[in-house]
Amino acid sequence: MTSKVQGNPTGTLSTDEFIKGLWRENPVFVQVLGMCPTLAVTNSAINAVAMGLATLFVLVMSNIVISSMRKFIPKQVRIATFILVIATFVTVVDYAIQAISLDLHTALGAFIALIVVNCVILGRAEAFASKNGVVPSILDGLGMGLGFTFALLCLGTVRELLGSGSIFGLHVLPARFQDWVIMILPSGGFFTMGAWLLVFNGLKRRRAGGANAAKEAA
Amino acid sequence: MNNEPLWTIFIGASLINNFVLAYFLGICPFLGVSGKVATASRMGAAVMFVMLVSSICAFGIQKLLVAIGAPYLSLISFIAVIASTVQLVEMFLKKMSPALFRALGIFLPLITTNCAILGLALFQTNKGYGFVQCLVYALGAGAGFTLALVLMAGLRERLELVRVPDLVRGTALTLMVAGILSVIFMGFAGLGG
Repeated sequence: MTSKVQGNPTGTLSTDEFIKGLWRENPVFVQVLGMCPTLAVTNSAINAVAMGLATLFVLVMSNIVISSMRKFIPKQVRIATFILVIATFVTVVDYAIQAISLDLHTALGAFIALIVVNCVILGRAEAFASKNGVVPSILDGLGMGLGFTFALLCLGTVRELLGSGSIFGLHVLPARFQDWVIMILPSGGFFTMGAWLLVFNGLKRRRAGGANAAKEAA
Repeated sequence: MNNEPLWTIFIGASLINNFVLAYFLGICPFLGVSGKVATASRMGAAVMFVMLVSSICAFGIQKLLVAIGAPYLSLISFIAVIASTVQLVEMFLKKMSPALFRALGIFLPLITTNCAILGLALFQTNKGYGFVQCLVYALGAGAGFTLALVLMAGLRERLELVRVPDLVRGTALTLMVAGILSVIFMGFAGLGG
């Protein structure tokens, strides 16, 4: 992962810093990072979006702080420093969500606090923010955060649709539809994630196959 | 004070609410180090040790923070304690068993970001366990983690030998198998009341 995500220190091509997180280097589907919250809170679409946005906030804020302090952090204690910065912002998010919506806080439970140990955030801090300036780091954080939210939404919608026949709490499937209760249970998370990875592998393979065919034709 | 009997806590943490298969904590090492049974079981032991130590520390810290009226610092201090415990284990292993140190590789420092350990510290605080209950909870969670890791490693060793379509090979297959394991562990529900 490190070889591809160095970014460019000159600061040109900043739209690329933003877009790569959405699709080409999507943290969940391509890098397979941050699996714990991805699987645990995606039993409904609304939880998935809330979790994604909370992670997005922490990611952007910690990227800003770390990239602006990157010249002062000694190399030996950098991981500990990163973790402390991240933990501070997670505490902020935890209390903020508790103030905004207590229901949501109960639904997400300990997983808000567990954003601290989300590998996506530490990974971006180590691989990007500690080597690049503030502006590219903000864009990188936004892109990765939105990519993460998008992936969570993909899982959340499928699981909620099949597990309780609704999307964002609105019933869409006919009442005749027998809910697949297993999809909102833990094992459903594993199955859905496996299926999405299959879809992504298939897409990647088709594109690679297409490129090869084009080369042969030429 | 929560007065749940000790054996219920142990069975609950290791089987019914298995940290990996029911709470999705510690998925990264679960997917990463579950290639061989030998490595998996040692990784489990290392995680169990870190869990025990950080559980004891977390219990003390929580009491201290509540006493000085600053419980909002708990998350930050938990993670600091876990990071230093992992550092300790890392130095110990490097000295005592360099072969194992190399086999675990990057996943050893990554125990710091293993959600299972921070999750354990948070859950025991939320549930209001006493000191002995915390210890048993940590032991149970560690045993459950090791069990899931070793089971998975055994299955993956077998899967190496069978022919599966190329498309499925890799993480997708592991996740599907994990899903089936998770269904199996649901069978433990109701055990221990």
